[in-house]
Amino acid sequence: MRTSSHLVYLIALPLFSSALLLLLGRMADKWGHIFATLISASAFGVGISEFMEMHSHTGANRAATQKLFEWISVGNLKVDASLLLDQLSICFVLLITGVGTLIHIYSIAYMDHDKDRRRFFAYLNFFIAAMLLLVLGDSYLNLYVGWEGVGLASYLLIGFWNHNPTYAVAAKKAFIANRIGDVGLSLAIMICFTQFGAVSFDGVKAGASHASPAALTAIGAMLLLAAAGKSAQFPLQSWLGDAMAGPTPVSALIHAATMVTAGVYLITRSNFIFDASSTARILVVTVGVITLLFGAIVGTAKDDIKKALAASTMSQIGYMILATGLGPVGYAFAIMHLLTHGFFKAGMFLGAGSVMHGMDDEINMRKFGGLARLMPITAVTFGLGYLAILGVPPFAGFYSKDKIIETAFNQGGGKGIILGGAALLGAGITAFYMTRVVVLTFAGAKRWKDGSHPHESSVLMWGPMVVLAIGSIASGFLLSAGGALVNWLQPVVNASHAEGGKELMKPLVVSVLALGIVVLGAGYAIIKYRTVPEVAPENVSIFTKIARKDLYQDIFNDVVLVKPGTTLTAGLVATDHNVIDGAVRLVGWLISEVSDVLRKLQNGYVRTYALMMFVGVFIGALILWVVTA
Amino acid sequence: MDISNYLYLSVILFTIGALGVLIRRNAIVIFMCIELMLNASNLALVTFSRIHGNLDGQVASFFTMVVAACEVVVGLAIIVTIYRSRRSASVDDASLLKN
Repeated sequence: MRTSSHLVYLIALPLFSSALLLLLGRMADKWGHIFATLISASAFGVGISEFMEMHSHTGANRAATQKLFEWISVGNLKVDASLLLDQLSICFVLLITGVGTLIHIYSIAYMDHDKDRRRFFAYLNFFIAAMLLLVLGDSYLNLYVGWEGVGLASYLLIGFWNHNPTYAVAAKKAFIANRIGDVGLSLAIMICFTQFGAVSFDGVKAGASHASPAALTAIGAMLLLAAAGKSAQFPLQSWLGDAMAGPTPVSALIHAATMVTAGVYLITRSNFIFDASSTARILVVTVGVITLLFGAIVGTAKDDIKKALAASTMSQIGYMILATGLGPVGYAFAIMHLLTHGFFKAGMFLGAGSVMHGMDDEINMRKFGGLARLMPITAVTFGLGYLAILGVPPFAGFYSKDKIIETAFNQGGGKGIILGGAALLGAGITAFYMTRVVVLTFAGAKRWKDGSHPHESSVLMWGPMVVLAIGSIASGFLLSAGGALVNWLQPVVNASHAEGGKELMKPLVVSVLALGIVVLGAGYAIIKYRTVPEVAPENVSIFTKIARKDLYQDIFNDVVLVKPGTTLTAGLVATDHNVIDGAVRLVGWLISEVSDVLRKLQNGYVRTYALMMFVGVFIGALILWVVTA
Repeated sequence: MDISNYLYLSVILFTIGALGVLIRRNAIVIFMCIELMLNASNLALVTFSRIHGNLDGQVASFFTMVVAACEVVVGLAIIVTIYRSRRSASVDDASLLKN
């Protein structure tokens, strides 16, 4: 393990820029966006140079640490604020700063007409800093700081247009759902400390080898809860759809490519916990499978282009979570899918933003149609992302998603068939709803009003989309060629090919099956959406109705969580008002009543006072006499 | 003569003074009653001095006389002022500070 002195710049640069832009206020309006973009690009530069540095070393020396300062030193708890850059973190560093910079560039044009563009860029920089701290922290506590930081950035950016009450509510919803997950993370940290006396990754890893299974399962379950909150997994997934209230670049960066994948990072980073507890792994795959199907089903019924993509994100992260629960070899595939997903989903979100930009912020896909001719670059880049998410060879998703499906089947027995079958089914539904999005938006006849003039966006917007589209094409092949990413991550996740287990099906069979199901799904969508009514039809099957309502999940939350919570709060308020305030008021009332009685003594007659003095002195003398006698 | 008779006299004088303060309304009379109480205590102090055979009590009684003299100056001034403004020396009339 070598030490490096440059890691801190990764976090310090964007953090400084964010603080500067916020403190300077309107003075920075003219150049704030350019400054923030340059800072983000320079963080990417630092990331690249760190990657080169890392690549030039071998073995244990690849990972680098940097101790910043002694943070907490209380009794047995000693935590340094130090950074750890290893094979896993560098993947994230490059993704965050790389995609982040592209989205900064895109936002310059996208937010051009917003008078608060500088504030937007300050928040974006703050997000980059917090997310880098999340992936660079060398202990759960350092990670926690970044974890909260990205939560805050997400809240600020979802509610960026908070003059619209609906958007402000969406921001709050995201924040509260995240808080529930955060409770899980803090509990996991506390259990780690009581069990192992350490909260650093190394310390916990050392302790995990001889810990009780119950403790490991508890930590695993709490970490999973944290991951579910941050990554919008079942049962905390409801916030992601509403989070689309934020500006589209935010949806692309935070709610597709980076922040929502923090849960996958957390589980992969804690691989030593999950490897040691099969119960925790079963919980993980259960959550993953439920979410990947849930998200896909919700995605089929959304008319809002961003919400459809959000449901898709949920579903794709479900795939990643599923992969992390499949044992050592799954981690690498989860990270691979995370990286490829970062490219194609961010690209598609930017494409959606470009469409909205050209269509006067219209988001209803039923009012699009036939945009491919007018927005060719957007259509092509979106199409490449579409092919990637479907898993069509040789695009990125083919390499990452098929691997996950294959690994799921290879679990063996009934478990393998259930997991693999669900993943395969998810791929089919994914093909259906993504085809629906593409057909509704880009193909067919135009359904927009004559007033709007769809046009291709400026180069600042389509440039990043093109780069991300190239990533959607090439990243899968590059990352999997010769097992590149699997080998690269080997020291962190201990994945060895020997552990792959017996093959239930040949990889080729899985790929053909997946492709077949994808073609089925896509074909069905093309046939079904040859004509699109402008208003969503009412006479639909019960399943569509349920899917349109997010599988009744908001209603469920409302009845099971919100209503009892409100009742409890009302009860607490009443208790506060009647019991606690009541006690205070009682004391006041008592004193006032007693004083009213005592006040009568102050009658203004000197002789009464004199009598009281005499009586007092007499009593005093009497007491003195009794006591001394 | 038994020396304790002086103490009895002192107690009687003090009680008369105290009752006077409580019962009478005329400020001048109350004032004189207070003087009576002070002198009763002076008598007691001097008697104690005699009983114990030292001068402590006599010294204390000197202090009492000085304080009494000062008190007369201030007290009479207040009483005269009140009488001038209110045409009355009754202490019950001077009850403006109540409430």
